[in-house]
Order: sequence, then structure tokens, then C-alpha cells
Amino acid sequence: MGALVVTEVLGVQRRRTTTWLVVLTAALVVTGLIAVGTGAVGISPVTVARIIGHQLLHIGDVTWTPPEEAIVWQVRLPRVLLGILVGAGLAVCGVALQAMVRNVLADPYLLGINSGASSGAAAAILFGAGAGFGQYALSTSAFLGALAASLLVFLIARSGGRVTSIRLLLAGVAVGYALYATTSFLIFASGSAEGARSVMFWLLGSLGLARWDALLAVAAVVIGGTIAYLTVIGRSLDALAVGDETAHTLGIAPDRLRLRLLVVVSLCVGVLVSASGSIGFVGLVVPHLARRIVGAPHVRVVPVAALLGAILLVGADVIARVLLAPQEIPIGIITALVGTPFLLVLIKRLHGVSQ
Amino acid sequence: MIEASGVSWRYGGTPVIDGVAVTARPGRVLGLIGPNGSGKTTLLRLLYGALRSSAGSVRVDGDRLSSLSPRDAARRMAVVVQESGGETALTVAEMVLLGRGPHLSTFQRAGASDHEVAARCLARVGATHLAARSFAGLSGGERQRVLIARALAQEATHLLLDEPTNHLDIRYQHEILRLVRSLSTCSVVVLHDLNLAARYCDDLVLLGSGGVVAAGETPEVLDPQILQPIYGIGIRRLDIEDSLHLLFEPLSEENPA
Repeated sequence: MGALVVTEVLGVQRRRTTTWLVVLTAALVVTGLIAVGTGAVGISPVTVARIIGHQLLHIGDVTWTPPEEAIVWQVRLPRVLLGILVGAGLAVCGVALQAMVRNVLADPYLLGINSGASSGAAAAILFGAGAGFGQYALSTSAFLGALAASLLVFLIARSGGRVTSIRLLLAGVAVGYALYATTSFLIFASGSAEGARSVMFWLLGSLGLARWDALLAVAAVVIGGTIAYLTVIGRSLDALAVGDETAHTLGIAPDRLRLRLLVVVSLCVGVLVSASGSIGFVGLVVPHLARRIVGAPHVRVVPVAALLGAILLVGADVIARVLLAPQEIPIGIITALVGTPFLLVLIKRLHGVSQ
Repeated sequence: MIEASGVSWRYGGTPVIDGVAVTARPGRVLGLIGPNGSGKTTLLRLLYGALRSSAGSVRVDGDRLSSLSPRDAARRMAVVVQESGGETALTVAEMVLLGRGPHLSTFQRAGASDHEVAARCLARVGATHLAARSFAGLSGGERQRVLIARALAQEATHLLLDEPTNHLDIRYQHEILRLVRSLSTCSVVVLHDLNLAARYCDDLVLLGSGGVVAAGETPEVLDPQILQPIYGIGIRRLDIEDSLHLLFEPLSEENPA
């Protein structure tokens, strides 16, 4: 009788997760199709689906005009795909960092990686750094900045021999401030108002760089790999989130795991920041949302957070494109505006639980 | 069987454990006792490898602990630590299921048999009714029982517990220790309460400043002559019907000098 109750409890949670995964995947497909169809030239989601089907599998009759096809395939689809990748990547990196430092307010930018990317981007925009990389000058320069930042964090966090959560936090904050100052200095030193505006736009995040190019491919591989890795090591993340001592007694070396996570998360955040700038709040809010609907085990939280993050970011990008059309506003403004009330509700609920 | 010899640990410059040897024998419960600050918890942490002594060695069933992978070590030793984990959003059932981790390969998910083990272990500590509750919402005593259930779910051959009776009321103090005894695994328990140690431990190691003051079978170690100077309190021992009880009185009242 007792045993039945417990196994039932565990089984119900698993089935509910499966349902959520199916529902969210369907929601993501629908959101994506609507997002591709939305813009200056409106195209119905059904037509969008048929154009994509025709491009991929050469099925169906052509009932659309060539410009429509170009808009869907060449302009909007890569952008929506990048949105899906970046949203999913931010969400799962947020999940990983919250487990690593055991703090519910941790987000992917905690490690100062976005500040490094910003410095790199500012150097590219204002001083033409990385011009040798042609169309990838901006993203390459941003990635190098992110890489430098994560190396610094890594070295500082490891300086005492052990990578503890508090040392990681401090290293991230210190590097973040230093590189933020660097970016501001670069803007100030260039004296170009136009350049400053471009840097500002980039800092607030945008999916405008999306094309069918190597950047999108790299983002897909790195972010897909990160999601898979974090799902597979879900059980270790659970133990790490409870405590270092607990992780140790369950056969997981906490410092070594944290080090490995640091490498994976740094690479992932570096890539997605290079592709889209600093888009705030998704990595902070989505993990909480995911935990609220499927509970704490990371095997479930990681895939659900990835889907939620993707939906949220694609939705936010539509608003960013439509709100002041034809002008596009930085997507970071939308995610912050939508994310803040979410966060406030969460804080209120968290408070309620602990009392 | 856990054999430690010559293990040491220092916090800053102060040695807490200095060249200590202990042996936990199979099928017996070894108690680590001693006053506050005598290094009971430090010694336990050395035994399960959370701390690595630079000198000496710890062997588990003959193999050096430092040569075992963390997962192998977790299959041999289950540990109940005093870490609250109060922030976690895991449910009680999920918390216990974590104990199955060392038995699963990286790509393997917990299956029906693991769920059954978790259920059985929860039942053993009388916490089945808590299964669906949030771990963070439990009282101290309930948490302690759940953590013991998780350790049981590890199905290890050795069980180490750091003051498992903390936060528990008197009935559960006895139930938990009786449970530990009934497992007939090799167990090591850090205990504050000497009367609990007297009742449930086969062997005792008494720690004083820096090292082992006395070690041996429980009745030998619980000798007022040995205990009194270490704890700084007057102790009388009563042997009633094969069981041993200690009574305490402050020395200052009995003997004002």
C-alpha cells in the first residue's frame, strides 16, 4: 500500500512531464509559424508551413509569390530559428548556473561573459576590430571577448584550488564590472555618437544578425549540445543543487562537476551572446517557470526550460519587430518588461513557501 | 570494514585530528564520541573522503579510498550529513530517489525497481506519508528521516551518519538508531548523547583534543574514570539488567574545588 503510493507519486510526475513536453513543442511550432508570418508583409501560418515544407522536402503546390517565399525563407525563418536557439540556450544556461551557485537569482550573465562579449562587440563596431573576419567581424570579436571573460573568471575561480560557488559568484561579478567599464571606456574614447548608438542597440540584444550562415550553424550545434549534456547529467545537477557534501556522498565530485559546467556554460553563453547581444531576464525567469510546472529534477527542468525559453524569445522578438514598426526595438527591452512582473510574482510566491 | 590509520586534519594551523587510527568492523556499529570541538565530524569526513588526509590512509574493504572513483565510493558508503539542503524544490520521493544515482549509469534513468527501493526505504523510516511533500517544507526531524531513507536507498555496505539524532524527538532518536543497528551493515555514527551510544553502539572511539583517548567495546570506553576528565563533568555509571546508563552532575556542585 505504502509502496504503491510512493511509486504512484513518482510515476504521476513523469507522465505530467511528458504531457508538458508535447504541449510545449506544439506551442513552439505554432508560435514559430506565426512569428515567421508576422511583419510588414503578413503571411498566414499555413502558407508559411507550406513554404517551409516545399523548401525542405519539395512537397505541395506553389500557391505563393516568389517575394513571399524569399521573405519566409531568406529573412524571417533564420531569425526565428536563432530566436529559438538563443531562448533555449539562455534558459538552460540559467538552469545550470542556478544549480552551480545554488542561488535562485543566478542568470547566464552572472559570470560576466556578456560583458566580455560587449567589450568585443564595442571594439568591432567602434574601432573595426576583427575586420579580417568579414561578415563575421562583429560576432567573432564578441566571441573572443566572451572567451577572454570566461578565461578570467575560470582562472580567478580556480585560484584557490577549489571552484566553490561563492568564489565563482565573486569572480563573475568582478570580471563583469571590469569589462563593463572597458566597454564604457571604448564608447567614450571613440567619440562617435552613431557608433555609441549601435553599441547600445547591440547591448540590449537583437536577432538582426540571423542569416543562413556559419553563425547559425555553430549556434545550433553548441546550444543543442548544451541542452543534451545538461539533460543527461540532470541527476548530478540535482545533487549539486542540494549541496556539495550531498553531491560528494552520492558519488559526484562537486568541484570537478562545477568546473565542467563552467566550461560548457561559458562556451554556450559566449556563442549566444555573440549571435544576439545581451538579452536579459530569459535566463533568470524561465528556470523558475519550468520548475513550477514540472518540479525540481533537472532531467525534466532542462528540456522544459529550453522549450519555454524558445517560445518566450520568439514571442518577444515578434513584439520587438511589430511594436514600433517599421522601426525595430531591441528585444532586451521586451524581455525585461515582460520578465520583471514574472520575477516579482515569483519572489512573492517564494516568500510564501518558505514561511 | 573501514580502516583508517595515521589520518590527520588541520584547520588553519590547529590540528583537529592528528595521526588517528580507527577501525569499523563489519556488522557492527561504531560510535564516535567526544566533547564539542574534539573533531568527531572531521574524523567522519576523513572516513568518507570529503576531506583527504595528506598522511596515513583510509581503506574500505581493503581498497584505498583515494583509489576508488567517487561513484564506487558511493556504492560502498552511504552517508547522512548535516547539510540542510533547505533551498531545494525536490519532493521527498525525488530526494530519496537521488540515492539510486550511484547505481545508475550516466544515460540510465531511474526505473520501476529504483522507485520500489525508494518506496521501501521511505517506509522503513516511517515517512511514506511524506512522499509527495516538498523536502524544503519538512520539519527538522522529518528531513532527517528522509535523508536516512536516501542513504538506505544507496544500498551501500557501509553507513556513516553525522549526529543522525539531531532534531529528532526521543522516540525517533531510538527508532533511527535501532534501525541502524538492525541493518547489520558496517556503521559509523557520530553521537553526542552518551546514553544513546551506550545502548546502540558495539564499539566506541572517544576523541579528546587532537586524537583518540580511548577505543574499544562500548562498556570499556564508557568508564567514568576515562570520560570525566574529557567532558569535565561528574559521571556515575549504573549497570541495570545488562544495559548501561550514565548519570551526569556538574563537578562544581559536587566538588566546589
